[in-house]
Amino acid sequence: MHKSLKKYFPVFVMPVLAAFTVSFLAPFAMGVYLSFTRFKTVDSSEWVGFENYISIFTQDETFLYSLWLTVRFTVVSIITVNVLAFAVALLLTRKLKGINFFRTVFFMPNLIGGIVLGHIWSLIINGILGFYGVDITYDPSYGFWGLVVQMNWQMIGYMMIIYIAGLQNIPEQINEAAAIDGASPVRKLFSITLPMVMPSVTICTFLTLTNSFKLFDQNLALNGKNAETSLLALDIYKTFYDHTGLRLAEWHGIGQAKAVVFFLLVAVIAFVQLRVTGRKEVEH
Amino acid sequence: MKTRRKAFNAVIYAVLILLAAVFLAPVFIVIMNSFKGNFYISEEPFTLPKDEKYVGIENFIKGFTQSDFLQAFLNSAVITVFSVAGIVLLTAMAAWYIVRIKNRFTKMLYYLFTFSMIVPFQMVMYTMTYFAFELDLNSIPGIVFIYLGFGAGLSVFMFSGFIKSIPAEIEEAAVIDGCDPIRTFFMIVFPILRPTAITVAILNAMWVWNDYLLPYLVLGSGEKRTLPVAVQMALTGGYGNKDMGALMAMLVLAILPIIIFYLFCQKYIIKGVVAGAVKG
Repeated sequence: MHKSLKKYFPVFVMPVLAAFTVSFLAPFAMGVYLSFTRFKTVDSSEWVGFENYISIFTQDETFLYSLWLTVRFTVVSIITVNVLAFAVALLLTRKLKGINFFRTVFFMPNLIGGIVLGHIWSLIINGILGFYGVDITYDPSYGFWGLVVQMNWQMIGYMMIIYIAGLQNIPEQINEAAAIDGASPVRKLFSITLPMVMPSVTICTFLTLTNSFKLFDQNLALNGKNAETSLLALDIYKTFYDHTGLRLAEWHGIGQAKAVVFFLLVAVIAFVQLRVTGRKEVEH
Repeated sequence: MKTRRKAFNAVIYAVLILLAAVFLAPVFIVIMNSFKGNFYISEEPFTLPKDEKYVGIENFIKGFTQSDFLQAFLNSAVITVFSVAGIVLLTAMAAWYIVRIKNRFTKMLYYLFTFSMIVPFQMVMYTMTYFAFELDLNSIPGIVFIYLGFGAGLSVFMFSGFIKSIPAEIEEAAVIDGCDPIRTFFMIVFPILRPTAITVAILNAMWVWNDYLLPYLVLGSGEKRTLPVAVQMALTGGYGNKDMGALMAMLVLAILPIIIFYLFCQKYIIKGVVAGAVKG
């Protein structure tokens, strides 16, 4: 059969490959090339070597700022989302009536798109700050914590589902044995439950990590105008599209170089994740 | 012992109910404000739409007419339906070919598709937009084609994972019986792929329906705009004056279809979204 299928390449693979080439492969290759050039439009590029990459760190003040902001935001999100999601999962694995209702409610925000979500929170946060006569742009830390709250609202339900699956995989006998040995609930949590759900912790940590690191829509909708609360993805977008005038070609080059650095950072995270989760699977 | 357990359960319920209220509050506040007059939305966002604050469905009428919300809604619906249908069918076909025909070229394709999953959108944002305009893909059918390319990575990866786990003998028996590959795929392979197809469909539907930047760059904020683009334009004052009432109504109308969809297919959605995350 494999011989007869082989001739059908144009039918089976060509449509996807054509679309993939146009929307990903060619733009990716061209993006790497353009990061070494100055270009007003794609057709008028001028080779400058590593100059754009140097400019990111010397001329452009926003990159390092937003990178540091993104790192802080990511760390805070990982901790808060995972601790809260795990706590909720613990509550929801008890045998109680009506548990499904709560699961439904907690997961729901995950389905709302980033733009709509950002505007919902913008209304609420500005509403609360309104009592004190200020708004979210008053202090960058308001924007920062606004993003954290928003991230928690969206991600907790999602991570909760993964933690519930992990908790339900713990064999009943282990808990019973611990109870017979007289282990306290706190001891049981740290000596049995947590070590047993480590695979879920790893998955959830990386999921929160990549989602926070690449956050764009929510950032744009909640406080997109404020440069002081622009995360990396939004900063790259602004480098491309918020500049006009004589230095446009230069900014495009810098923007594309930032995008390549951003891509490399995400790739490193993905690579580490692959190594870590890969090793975990071998152990089990 | 029993009364203590009961008391403990009561505490857990209290905590859960409180949490549920916190989780539902944002949506509730938006719905509440969508029935209030402009002034009261920005001045008193946390009060109920009572007495002089209540304006009935006026905001919803304005939301529909002012920003041509219906057009954006229909654009989003058409783009999502065709993109998802195309992605599910065509990436399943491609994945089957790549897994069953083993050579250096298909192996390379598999790695390229997998690789594309980790590349952030900002990396290809500018150049992809250039190609979209160069090749006249800045239309609704055009963006469906672009979505096929962007969705290919995760979808091919997920289908391939499943196809590897099913034995090729069933397919080979069909070929011996005189089935050509196209019939074999549609009669035998695709029905087996159903569970993965549902997961792939849900993941892509959520992504395409909620996606903002790609349709904004390719289709713009004119008559071809999608729902998230219309919401963003309206809320940042892209249509001139900010009409808070109409905006609240738009937010409600944007959330409503998702929540209804979720309540009906909850089981599949949670399973699908989580399966996609764990694999990807």
